[in-house]
Amino acid sequence: MSFEILTYSFMHRALISGIAIAILCSVVGLFLVLRRYSLFGDAIAHSSFGGIALGLLAGVYPLWTAYGVSIVSALIITKIKDRYNISGDASIAVLLSSGIAAGLVIISFSGGFTIDIFSFLFGSILLVSVNDTILILALTGAILIVILLLYRQLLYSTFNEEQAKVSGIPVEKINYLIIFMAGITVVTSIQLVGVLLISALFVIPNVTAIMYGRGFKQTAIISMSFSVFSVVVGILISYIFDITPAGTIVLLSIGLLGMTMGIKSAGLLSKN
Amino acid sequence: MLNAVEITNLTVKYPDVKALDDVSFVVKEGDFLGIIGPNGAGKSTLFDSMLGLNTKYTGTIKFFGQDIKKSKKYHDEIGYVPQKPVFEKNFPATVSDVVRMGLKNESDENKIDEILQQLWIHELRKRRIGELSGGQLQRVFIAKALVNNPKILILDEPVTGIDQQSIELFYSILRELNSKQKITIIWSSHDLDAVNKLANHVACLNRTLFFHGESEKFFSDDALVKQYSEASMQEHMHHH
Repeated sequence: MSFEILTYSFMHRALISGIAIAILCSVVGLFLVLRRYSLFGDAIAHSSFGGIALGLLAGVYPLWTAYGVSIVSALIITKIKDRYNISGDASIAVLLSSGIAAGLVIISFSGGFTIDIFSFLFGSILLVSVNDTILILALTGAILIVILLLYRQLLYSTFNEEQAKVSGIPVEKINYLIIFMAGITVVTSIQLVGVLLISALFVIPNVTAIMYGRGFKQTAIISMSFSVFSVVVGILISYIFDITPAGTIVLLSIGLLGMTMGIKSAGLLSKN
Repeated sequence: MLNAVEITNLTVKYPDVKALDDVSFVVKEGDFLGIIGPNGAGKSTLFDSMLGLNTKYTGTIKFFGQDIKKSKKYHDEIGYVPQKPVFEKNFPATVSDVVRMGLKNESDENKIDEILQQLWIHELRKRRIGELSGGQLQRVFIAKALVNNPKILILDEPVTGIDQQSIELFYSILRELNSKQKITIIWSSHDLDAVNKLANHVACLNRTLFFHGESEKFFSDDALVKQYSEASMQEHMHHH
């Protein structure tokens, strides 16, 4: 094997976008996992499927409509959940199935599945354009800046909403902000692993990192490292062996989870 | 002395019951108030209202003369220690992380070490929060409540499920905070003996306020204590 693949510009774009998405998903995902919202990413991704179908039908760039539809539907479902007191997992099920249902109906209007739909379902990181890469970097940067600026508020309201409220943190607004950021993150990440596997990027590196028993920042850094490792190695392996990048990336991160579980069972993880 | 807390005609109605009925009292700056009352007496409702978690009440609540419905400044004056801190068991936060959450001015990092030392938990600072015992956890949450130098500390029955040694340590910490650092303390407890020893004022609550005054007066009046114990016992029987 040569390092020739690292000289291709499509590979540069894939790796740069992949690393940005890996970092973004693991950071936003950590807040979702700790709020017991692990499947929320999945639900938003499925609702974005409706948005993608809408874009394809209307002849608009599908990711734009996906951003609109998934953010709006995530915020609406959160509002409905609060107002009608529906449990978190049930609201996720509603969001998830309504997105897919709407997508299917819209697709049948536009004459059935096409190659475009498949690339959104399963990801197409090797086809990512220069403009896509710039957009991914810009959104990743923007969300990371917001998280750094509101770090205490985000962490505190994730830890305990009531106490955060007592110390004057606008918890409801912070909750909506997290949902909003999750919506943007999911649609941004669709190109890497597709609609069907997004939640893996949100959840698996974080579940793995939490097992290392460290504080919040170290956990976030461990999670990002695992996520970046899976994405970079996954993209390279998938190209070399001509297999799907999305599946390879997710299987690698599951491998890291399994390895961590093994280390933990063997009693090799110290408690500081 | 300034009035640290001033509660006037506080009434909270739930659909089928009045949780608090026309409660009024004043806590002077530097006071140590023990709030006692049977289960369901409205202590939690009183605290929720004071902390801004329940806004559906009539009457007024003032901290240092400011109505909490008109000014949000009160958040800076209060430290709150919940009855039982609820969090995910494997939440990836160390003791320092949790205390830091309370810190409003993030450049004040030294304050965290200082407060951890003061509460005898400095050596635990890198431990995960989920690994601590009940007593240690309680001190972490007191540290979090104190890290902004609040003028008032509100504690909600925090001694349940904690070993005797930790309880004693907890009491000595409260005494020191009140006597040396002049922090006004409002503390709800089931333990009459402890309230007798620590608090200089007592508020006896059973939906209405049936006693508020110096604790000496309350505890030297056998009839009052008996009345309280009976009310408490009835409530206890009712619950079982």
